[in-house]
Amino acid sequence: MSEENQNQKAMPASLASVAAKHAQKQPGTNPLGTGLEARGVHAWFGTKHVLSDVTLDFAAGTVTALIGPSGCGKSTFIRTLNRMHEFIPTAALAGEVRLDGKDIYAPGTDVTKIRLKIGMVFQKPNPFPSMTIGENVLSGLKLAELKRSNTDDLLESCLVRAGLWNEVKDRLKEQGGSLSGGQQQRLCIARSLAVEPQVLLMDEPCSALDPGSTFRIEETIAELSQTMTIIIVTHNMQQAARVSDYTAFFLSNDGPGLMVETGPTSQIFSAPRDKRTEDYVTGRFG
Amino acid sequence: MSTTDIKIPAPGKPWQASRSDKLKSFLTVISAGIFTFILVNVTPLKGKLAYFILFFISVIVFEYIRQRITRDSQAAKDSVLSTLSILGIVLTLIPIFSIVLTVFVKGYKGLHWQILNKDMALASVNDPIEAGGLLHAVLGTFLLVFVALLISFPVGLLTGIYLTEIRGTLSRPIRFLVQAMSGVPSIVAGLFILSAVIYPITNSLSGLMGSLALTILMIPTIARTAEEVLKLIPDDLREAGVALGATQWRTVAMVVVPAAKSGLLTAVILGIARIIGETAPILLVTGGADKTNLNPFEGSMGSLPFYIWKAFLTGGTEQSIARGWAGMLILLIFIFILFGSARYISGRRS
Repeated sequence: MSEENQNQKAMPASLASVAAKHAQKQPGTNPLGTGLEARGVHAWFGTKHVLSDVTLDFAAGTVTALIGPSGCGKSTFIRTLNRMHEFIPTAALAGEVRLDGKDIYAPGTDVTKIRLKIGMVFQKPNPFPSMTIGENVLSGLKLAELKRSNTDDLLESCLVRAGLWNEVKDRLKEQGGSLSGGQQQRLCIARSLAVEPQVLLMDEPCSALDPGSTFRIEETIAELSQTMTIIIVTHNMQQAARVSDYTAFFLSNDGPGLMVETGPTSQIFSAPRDKRTEDYVTGRFG
Repeated sequence: MSTTDIKIPAPGKPWQASRSDKLKSFLTVISAGIFTFILVNVTPLKGKLAYFILFFISVIVFEYIRQRITRDSQAAKDSVLSTLSILGIVLTLIPIFSIVLTVFVKGYKGLHWQILNKDMALASVNDPIEAGGLLHAVLGTFLLVFVALLISFPVGLLTGIYLTEIRGTLSRPIRFLVQAMSGVPSIVAGLFILSAVIYPITNSLSGLMGSLALTILMIPTIARTAEEVLKLIPDDLREAGVALGATQWRTVAMVVVPAAKSGLLTAVILGIARIIGETAPILLVTGGADKTNLNPFEGSMGSLPFYIWKAFLTGGTEQSIARGWAGMLILLIFIFILFGSARYISGRRS
């Protein structure tokens, strides 16, 4: 107990130094488009207002971490960004989410095209059980009816970028379920890369994984952020400090979840403007 | 100390009953048996039923007393419950074993090497066993079931998909109707086809009509099993499919249904097992034949249930009765193979 407390007290300094080591990328410095913008997003489940008025920009080519205690609406928020929110029958929404300036909720928008551009990695690894490792990686092409001429090259490049190639190159014909949890999650990342998304959403991708696998996935995130915008929900503040350029802190005080503060990661962990952010990142609650 | 110095003990199961415990339980059962024997012989209680009931009551009482003396009253109450559950198993198994044993003992007399090679076109049920066979009946049953399956499987699967994937506003009433339909007596299905198809349209009995009647019985089984199986597929997989830019239809067709493959096969087998022995609707709308008929669209068709029914009803000799039992034996073997493969397939899934 006391040891844990000491760790938490020691955390702010170390988190800040971890975040400082990570060179923050400036928005608009790469040719990846203007990125993703959430404008006044509210979300409901039935009559329960779970997310209130989130306005947040994700510049192209940056990594943004969404942190906050359980039930603060960060998973709900990330699911509004590629229209997975509407999968829950009672879900409702207000506000706009713009990809390259166009609202993805605008009437007449083809939702399948949106999800092609904004990929997602889930909390639990979920490779398709009826497919082999190779088929899993390329499944997006079949599912979305995309034509690619050289699928072998695509297969290899996706697995290389997901950091899994060396481990599975000789067993591409095996079932996806034969891999370990961490490998399965990297397989799911490779799968979402095959359809070449602009934005990759990651909903607590490491929460079911051991530290070694977590480390591999963080490496993958750093690698991927060269070519795409990444938004990651995480409960692990060390992880947020290690991988992200920007951090947004979410909180719910019995009411709907709100975004309390956002800014460069180094600033959130060293000099947060809001008292509640400071309390959370120093481990005083949550 | 190196690892080679460690003496590895023999693996044991200290939580299991010891040999002396088993011996004591066995002695309890034996003494209950002896007690029953004495009781039946000195009192006016007579017959197998008396033996059966007395034996179980005395096993329960003897075991209760033993546990009460050696342990405590809680253990004694516990022993009553476990003995009662064993009684339940035995009561369930007795009719099953009795039926299977009877069919085997009586049915093997009607078997001969050519039984699956000959039909009854040139033989009557009272002729010597070797004169005919049940080729026409086996082929007829196979065709009836196959055609019924061709119609029922797509309809049942699509119903299951509607109930689990689309979850439309009609889900509740449809689920209710499917459940109600599984209780439809088979004769009603036969009468329905007779009045809705045969009298107004075709005016003749045929294999297809029998298959249609069987379809009515088969769809609810397949639809309900398919629904249960599809429900087991985690939502994670559906979300993963949709998040890759697939439409719902492609996600269902390429991810959900393949993941449920073995369960859907079980649904098919359960559906077949439900209808393979149906007699009443077949008699009504397919009739029966003694000659092999492979055209489901024209003319009556033989089937195993019809074969059994005819052998018992129109015969009366030793041969006809042996034929009937042999038909049952063949039908029973088919059903065993079906259920065995269903269990094997569904067991392999986990």
